[in-house]
Amino acid sequence: MISASNLAKAYKVKGKPDFVAVDGLSFDVAPGESFGLLGPNGAGKSTTMKMIGAVSTRSGGDLSILGLDPDRYGPEIRSRLGVVPQQDNLDGELNARENLYIYGRYFGLSGKVCNQKADELLAFAQLDDKAKSKVDALSGGMKRRLTIARGLINDPRILLLDEPTTGLDPQARHVLWDRLFRLKERGTTLVLTTHYMDEAEQLCDRLIVVDKGRIMAEGTPASLIREHSSREVLEVRFGSDRNQQVAPQLEGIGDRVEVLPDRILVYAHNGEAALEAVTHRGLTPLTSLVRRSSLEDVFLRLTGRSLIE
Amino acid sequence: MSGRSEGEGMPAAAAAGAVSGQPTTEELRAEAMEWGRKPRGLGTWYVTEHMLRAMRAYGWTIVVGALGQPILYLLGLAVGLAALIGAPIQDGAQTVPYLVFVAPALLMTAAISVATEEFSFPVMAGFKWRRFFYGFSASPLSPGQIAGGVVMGAAARMVVVVVAYYALIWIFGAVPHPETGWLTIPIGVLAGLSFGIPYMAYAASITEDKGQFALVQRFIFMPMFLFSGTFYPLATLPLWLQWIGWVSPLWHASELGRIVTYGKPADPFAVMVHVVFLLVLAVGGYLVARRLFQRRLGE
Repeated sequence: MISASNLAKAYKVKGKPDFVAVDGLSFDVAPGESFGLLGPNGAGKSTTMKMIGAVSTRSGGDLSILGLDPDRYGPEIRSRLGVVPQQDNLDGELNARENLYIYGRYFGLSGKVCNQKADELLAFAQLDDKAKSKVDALSGGMKRRLTIARGLINDPRILLLDEPTTGLDPQARHVLWDRLFRLKERGTTLVLTTHYMDEAEQLCDRLIVVDKGRIMAEGTPASLIREHSSREVLEVRFGSDRNQQVAPQLEGIGDRVEVLPDRILVYAHNGEAALEAVTHRGLTPLTSLVRRSSLEDVFLRLTGRSLIE
Repeated sequence: MSGRSEGEGMPAAAAAGAVSGQPTTEELRAEAMEWGRKPRGLGTWYVTEHMLRAMRAYGWTIVVGALGQPILYLLGLAVGLAALIGAPIQDGAQTVPYLVFVAPALLMTAAISVATEEFSFPVMAGFKWRRFFYGFSASPLSPGQIAGGVVMGAAARMVVVVVAYYALIWIFGAVPHPETGWLTIPIGVLAGLSFGIPYMAYAASITEDKGQFALVQRFIFMPMFLFSGTFYPLATLPLWLQWIGWVSPLWHASELGRIVTYGKPADPFAVMVHVVFLLVLAVGGYLVARRLFQRRLGE
């Protein structure tokens, strides 16, 4: 479906060296796969998505989408993609249904097909009763769902989703995830970026962790956690001013200790046992929490930084 | 799966490489080529259709403006002022009633004022406020088609305005030669585009709204309206003000309008200069605008 090798994008900046947003990414996406790009803001995820979306031209490397070079066959590639951008760009002057209808026309679909697809997708996005509403009157979650519906108007082979649930409340996120699961079940290839590890864990079969335009790691969510983190994590807090001071006394407990400004993370196979070891050394944390390792921990391990800053 | 490494003669299943029931790369490629054909050819018209649909939201404003503005101008300025002036106007070697003199220039002004509306804020909205141009560009449409569709949508509105204007000046008796007078309709649209398309290029270059459009209105549109031989022959002005007319699409269009509505004597070379001037602005403006659309949408 998608094959990138050494994909790069540099922007010209006046009076400074070029800004390298994407620095040699190589990956392949198979048909029907759900592929994620996980990384913090500014990692180069959106830039990569724009290149896959055949709107932004690469400045280096090779890229093939649906077996075609986007530099030459941009319109052809885009005709088989669905795109859900980070920022909604619906036309607020038109109502929900018209937004779908007119978008279908861009793909050369007949008015009849557009009408039929519009109704179908309004139902899929659970927006039947909002068909005649002006887009401006819809909530954030509804607009996102409408944008996803719009991205499906051409029955795309690949759906690109850039930060699909950023800015949505938990309930709206779950509704959206449910819709994306259904697409996955139908065999649509999904490519999504996110800086939420729970989203990546929920939706992605396989992902790459990206930081500063480079791939830090690649694999399934479970294998990444297995490779780069322990099974469990113990979080302890001794108060913001004391964490740094206490940290040396935790040496030797678990596999690894990570000190954050507000808490200390102890990576261990057994979190409860680690907590016991801490109290055994005469230390009494203000709060403690044992949880399973997540992609957040993988990211922290790989980059030394937190995903959400 | 790799799109580059597989050979042409490979069995389909091996080429697909992964999930069963999924198409091969070859099939996907053929499908994309097929789907891309129509948008490549007709994309501009799809954008035009969108722009016209969006205009329906303020359709009444367009209709009321198209009829109301000329009636007000014709009654107030032309009829009132003409009654006060009384005497006909000496335009070059020719003498014509004031209303006949001023009518074609008012029509051209109306087309250009449509341009000031349709090529300013809607373009800013497309790139920045609502970002719908980015939505267009994620579809098969190209930046050039998007720019072209915006132009066509505005041109359609100009046709409505100019046709209404022409009908009214004809009713007011300001078209002595209707057999050629109808040509003011295409000339009017050309006038609007010759001002509007370069304006669209400018609007596409704006990333931060600091009231630039209001400045254009005050310091470009207004002086052009006042000093383009709209209300009196350009030759009336001292030479140091006449240049405003020479570089103004409004003056070139008004001169053409006067030739076709009341048969102002026309030197073929001058006619050619007027037409070429307007065409160069429109076409040159489009080429610049297309580049700016490409750059901004491809960032």
